[in-house]
Amino acid sequence: MDNTIALKNFLYRLADDHLILGHRNSEWTGLGPMLEEDIAFSNMAQDKLGQALALYEILETLGELPPDTVAFTRAENKYTCCQYVEHPIGEYDFSLVRHFLFDHAAYLRFEMLTQSSCEPLAKLAAKVKGEIKYHVMHADIWIEKLGLGNEESHARIQSMINENFNLALGIFESSADEQEIISSGIFAGEELLKAKWLEAITPILNKSNLKLPNENTWNPVLGGRNGYHTNYLQPLLTEMQEVFAIDPSAEW
Amino acid sequence: MKIVSLDPRVARTEKVEGTVELSPLTEFQTYEVFHQKKRGEQHEHVGIVHAPNDEMALLFAKDQYARRGLCVNLWVVKSEHIIASSYEDSDIFDTTPGKTYREAGGYKVMDKINKFKGKK
Repeated sequence: MDNTIALKNFLYRLADDHLILGHRNSEWTGLGPMLEEDIAFSNMAQDKLGQALALYEILETLGELPPDTVAFTRAENKYTCCQYVEHPIGEYDFSLVRHFLFDHAAYLRFEMLTQSSCEPLAKLAAKVKGEIKYHVMHADIWIEKLGLGNEESHARIQSMINENFNLALGIFESSADEQEIISSGIFAGEELLKAKWLEAITPILNKSNLKLPNENTWNPVLGGRNGYHTNYLQPLLTEMQEVFAIDPSAEW
Repeated sequence: MKIVSLDPRVARTEKVEGTVELSPLTEFQTYEVFHQKKRGEQHEHVGIVHAPNDEMALLFAKDQYARRGLCVNLWVVKSEHIIASSYEDSDIFDTTPGKTYREAGGYKVMDKINKFKGKK
């Protein structure tokens, strides 16, 4: 059975998540709460762009257009990132909580992808797993320190977890080709990833005196995987594509 | 303009005359960072980071000093835990450069080695 189309769609979803969040997080460069953290956050944003590039390169070997073209010339509704990554950086509490919730999912996803039937993807996953492991370490320490910090830091992180949670559930939005992706061994599936993710983040939140929102309020923010986006994505794309649009043939 | 602090959170606060008691939340302590390029090699001092606690010092050290080039291990040590000699006493090292007899190169052995080789 030929699963190339499903594989491509899967790779686009993953690459777009990393491209858009990498771009978002890079907006903190020069504005981080302290010099060292500014550098750390910018460094991780760059890692995300690197991961996106590597995924677009795999797509190119499958017959898609070159990475720069797909990253910088597609229309807004052709991007299949989840809506979570499009949201503006907000204050540092929002960005940190997104970093925590997203990167835990990313780490577990890449860990699962080391077993992927798509060999270049499995190789890439093995290569970048350590990079994302550090992102998770960074996020965990911040969450713990702020969760156990003072009244203000605790309240802000808890309210951000409440505010972010349904957006974060949108990471695991299932797509039409989900069963094909699972049965062909490309990836073990969004539901399994979500279960692993909840298992990973819960003890860290508990230890930090934080908790997940009550389960009966869970309501994933969906649409991104089908090209339905928030009003935040287009302005981001316009800015991101601006330089490329001036001269698409420019060499760097 | 007198710069009170390079930390933006402190720079933004109202100017205070006289001495200011530093608290860990207004001025972080510094940590010395040591970097090991290869397992088995010595850790080398590479610089410092500001951090509010040990765990974050290690995180920041990774991004400041180990994001380019090779690294397998990092150490961070609170700067206050470094015990240093005094620059006033730096005259204790004055004669060191002259003591070439303490260096391997101070021993002229090539003549003997060549003589030995010549015998064979």
